[in-house]
Amino acid sequence: MGVWNTIAKRVGYGLLLLVAVLILNFVLISIAPGDIADTIAGDMGGADAEVMAEIRTRYGLDQPFYVQLWRYLSGVVMFDLGHSYFFNTPVTTLILEKLPATLLLVFSAQILAVIVGTLLGVMAAKKPNGPLSLTVTFLSLFGFAAPVFWTGILLIILFVSIFPVFPVAGMVDVTVEGGFFVQALDVLHHLTLPMITLASIFLALYSRLARASMLEVLGADYVRTARAKGVPERVVLYKHALRNALGPVVTVAGLQFSAVISGAVVVEAVFSWPGLGTLALQSILARDTPTIMGILFFSSFVVIIVNILTDIALRLIDPRIKSG
Amino acid sequence: MAEDPLLSVKDIVVDFKTRYGNARVLDHVTLDVNSGEILGIVGESGCGKSMTALSIMGLVPNPPGKVTSGSIKIDGMELVGMDVDRLRQIRGKDIGMIFQEPMTSLNPVFTVGEQIAESVRLHENARPKAAMDRAVEMLAAVEIPEAETRAKAYPHQLSGGMRQRVMIAMALACRPKVLIADEPTTALDATVQAQIFDLLQDLQEETGTAIILITHDMGAIAELADTVAVMYAGRVVEKGTVDAVLSAPQHPYTKGLITCVPHLEPDPPVERHELMEIPGVVPALTELGKGCAFAPRCGEAIEKCSGEKPRLLATGDAHVTACWVAQQERAQ
Repeated sequence: MGVWNTIAKRVGYGLLLLVAVLILNFVLISIAPGDIADTIAGDMGGADAEVMAEIRTRYGLDQPFYVQLWRYLSGVVMFDLGHSYFFNTPVTTLILEKLPATLLLVFSAQILAVIVGTLLGVMAAKKPNGPLSLTVTFLSLFGFAAPVFWTGILLIILFVSIFPVFPVAGMVDVTVEGGFFVQALDVLHHLTLPMITLASIFLALYSRLARASMLEVLGADYVRTARAKGVPERVVLYKHALRNALGPVVTVAGLQFSAVISGAVVVEAVFSWPGLGTLALQSILARDTPTIMGILFFSSFVVIIVNILTDIALRLIDPRIKSG
Repeated sequence: MAEDPLLSVKDIVVDFKTRYGNARVLDHVTLDVNSGEILGIVGESGCGKSMTALSIMGLVPNPPGKVTSGSIKIDGMELVGMDVDRLRQIRGKDIGMIFQEPMTSLNPVFTVGEQIAESVRLHENARPKAAMDRAVEMLAAVEIPEAETRAKAYPHQLSGGMRQRVMIAMALACRPKVLIADEPTTALDATVQAQIFDLLQDLQEETGTAIILITHDMGAIAELADTVAVMYAGRVVEKGTVDAVLSAPQHPYTKGLITCVPHLEPDPPVERHELMEIPGVVPALTELGKGCAFAPRCGEAIEKCSGEKPRLLATGDAHVTACWVAQQERAQ
């Protein structure tokens, strides 16, 4: 009962937030100088005031601001995010086509970073001054300091010229034929490098966080109680301590999710991954405002969903967290 | 007293490496506990009471601490230097322990039933269902009402007294031979303290478990314990039967501890007795000289006291004291 109430409340807040995001995006883009008429006129090689006015009428840009906003919002409710001037396709179709690739990259990188980061953190916490702990500290500083595009390019160089085992561009190999399983394996093969690149920064963050959190928990009285009960050290670490240490990691992983999405934009560009990031880049360069707004809408949507999931996960981990 | 004691701690020495040099936290501590007996250990904070308990459990924090020498035997089995896995099987099974902080000694993310059942699963290879049944049984045994429901509660849903009962249930779940209770009532209300002591006594009579009761509550010692050891600065300075030690304390420190206990009198006299205290503080363990550690605070100290450490020698029937003055008086 309590759990469902909380979830319903969170979803309600999420919807309100989404509306706010839509309005804010719309306002921001409207304030920015230049509009689609300028772009089209530019492509045409110049136009007089009459033609400009005609273009504006065609796209409804001559209407007052609130009318435009209302039209946009009522469109969104019907899953209509407008029409892309540049790609000449409905924005929704355009995004839904690219979204799976991005979601695959973002979620796999995030999951990899959280799991491997946490495990490294736990192992480092076992011996806080041991060689593994120092290595984790070093790697995490390195991963945190190195720009994603640079890590990506280094990996490309490594896997193109030295160990050509992973493809460095695209998501599928068109020459691969076979059933679903073979296709999926091909995608995974292509996913490896972009995923590792994107995960590297966050892995660094989570391993440091898990290490610090574990060190604190390992000094707690209940860990001593577990040892006094004769619980094997491995179980003390992974059951009694880790469950308590996970809170901060999960919280930060939830907060960082939007950063993972923005990181994906760069990683997609480096590895020619056919996702939203590539689309975002193209549409920004082409000033394709409906597409840009659509992408912003979808990424906020994903971030809000992930935040709700984070809340639920935290509740599952720690019974002391009450609804609110 | 022909039979061997159940738990025998002999000449145990624990050293801590600190920034200020080596601290000898336990200095040749020797204690015996017979089965079915309650041994009280008293002393000020930092005198080595808890460290004695941790060294019996093999849980001396390392680094910086280390059991340097000595022997701890339970049922004739040597625990010092024992293989980690074997020691783990003894912890929780043969020796149970209750800590002084019930608020933080239970894991907040597991139900109390699960925390008790875990111990039963570990040591008796019990199936989850059977282990949980035992957990409920134990909760009922420590007089927690509605044990079945409470087993599903998380620690934060219980009061301090309840949590300490849970800790006792956990420590006794595998019917240990020895229960170490390290200041089990320090963090609790006075009324709850009495309840917990009553409970310990009842359980002790029922199960015959030997108890090491660590406390600075002289009243509790007088009421519960059979024998008592007084510790000061890492050493046992006086031990014997409770009657002998409390009625005729020999060591000036023990005398001090006893006069420190406030008394409530039914008819308060016109002029109130002043509450006694022992002057000074416990010395830093890194700065102990070669003499008796209590000498600087002792009103009866003689020259010999600051030159040489006194050993525990008989000063009465079933009563030993490490004090030059007391030993001299005895000799005369």
